[in-house]
Amino acid sequence: MEPLERYRPIIDDFEAFLEACRRPLGNAVRINTIAASVERTLEVLDSEDVAYEQADWNPRVLRLETDSPGSTWTSFHGMTHGQEEVSAVPPVVLDPQPGERVWDACAAPGGKATQLAALMDDRGTVVANDSNLGRISALRFNAERLGATSLAVTNRDARNYSMKPFSFDAFDRALVDAPCSCEGTIRKNPDALDDWSEGYVDSVSGIQKGILRRAIQTTREGGTVVYSTCTFAPEENEAVVQHALDEADCRVVDVEVGLEHSPGLTEWGDEEFDASLEDAIRIYPHQNDTGGFFVAKLEVTA
Amino acid sequence: MADESDAEEAVANGADGDLEQNVGQRFDRLPATPAERTVEGRVSREEVVDYFADRFGIPPETFDDYTFWEKGAGKIWIYAGEAPTPLSIESLGMTCLRTRQEHWKPTTDFVQRVGRHATDCVIELEREQARAFAAGEDQALEWDGDWGYLIAAHELAGGLEPLGIGLYVHGELRSMVPKGRQRDL
Repeated sequence: MEPLERYRPIIDDFEAFLEACRRPLGNAVRINTIAASVERTLEVLDSEDVAYEQADWNPRVLRLETDSPGSTWTSFHGMTHGQEEVSAVPPVVLDPQPGERVWDACAAPGGKATQLAALMDDRGTVVANDSNLGRISALRFNAERLGATSLAVTNRDARNYSMKPFSFDAFDRALVDAPCSCEGTIRKNPDALDDWSEGYVDSVSGIQKGILRRAIQTTREGGTVVYSTCTFAPEENEAVVQHALDEADCRVVDVEVGLEHSPGLTEWGDEEFDASLEDAIRIYPHQNDTGGFFVAKLEVTA
Repeated sequence: MADESDAEEAVANGADGDLEQNVGQRFDRLPATPAERTVEGRVSREEVVDYFADRFGIPPETFDDYTFWEKGAGKIWIYAGEAPTPLSIESLGMTCLRTRQEHWKPTTDFVQRVGRHATDCVIELEREQARAFAAGEDQALEWDGDWGYLIAAHELAGGLEPLGIGLYVHGELRSMVPKGRQRDL
């Protein structure tokens, strides 16, 4: 928990935050509406006596009262997919529409990419990319298991992503769920902070800036880009969005989501960020009994 | 649109003979009809759609908004999005059917996706039989329909849900659920 001490000045009720970080996380699943409606999935869970609690902010997110959410009939039939509750937030914020062209720049293992496809009623094009070949197999496995026919999977470096293979030259929306120091996953992976260092935070923030810049470039004017991480470090969050504001054509717009959250920061150490960063959101584990997340929504202006 | 360009290619390549060889490492869109075939052994969209209608009673219009592609020898993919042909990427939609063999074989994931539209060659399993099927086990079963690949299904909360593909031969239903998808339920 040591590395988290640096966030004491920015987190309200820091002791409750630490306390929540020490508690293991429950089992959350997302209903895959490509396979079955919310109503039908709940019918099956009821008939199989699997207890659940539906998230207030999203009827497609359930907390399951079972130790093995992967060994249920709903999972076997692809009606449910194990996915942390906060990890379902960025696709909802991106709000993709049926028929659109959408890029998921860092898509493996595919929970969010298949959620994007489901939000589009599996109509349109979701280009799910990941630079890590080893993780592509998990992405493909999940896409097939969940029946996402609108997904095209690529294996390239998102920072200099080429549009050449496709028949269109811009996306309507892009999700950058960036590789990060994963501080917010501490409840799921108790060793998430073992290799934490400021050096890693700084080096990964360079990668994040490159991916977000490319996502803005490949999205049409008026299109939407969502930037998210599962970490608290401002170097990987507000500072990355600030870099995009400085270097690319975009502005920060308000994130609306029915989960308790804190606003994005406008300063960290001796760095100051644009006032619009307050419209980004920080979700802390003690606020909704989930993992931690940062989400910023950008509109592409040229 | 792409159907027209396929047709043009077919004309350019000559109607008979001189067929190209399949390139396994990329996605190629299926020709609309056998007459427009330019690659040796490649099935057409029409044959794929007819197969699902003839064998399983899945209405052809189920596939109106989808394109079909081949990558790998005989592996057919179904895709709902936009893409040019040919295309060298990791995957496009999902695998749905294995051709270039005597008996075509649908995939379990695809059968779970569209199997609710099927009316023929659907074998309904009791709960214990469904468990054995999901675990990848073979089982002795009575079935007076066609032999070969069947859609196994079971009832869940008042509705029939497709489990996957089974091979029925000699009084036995062999589960074709891939290892990574098998579960003890």
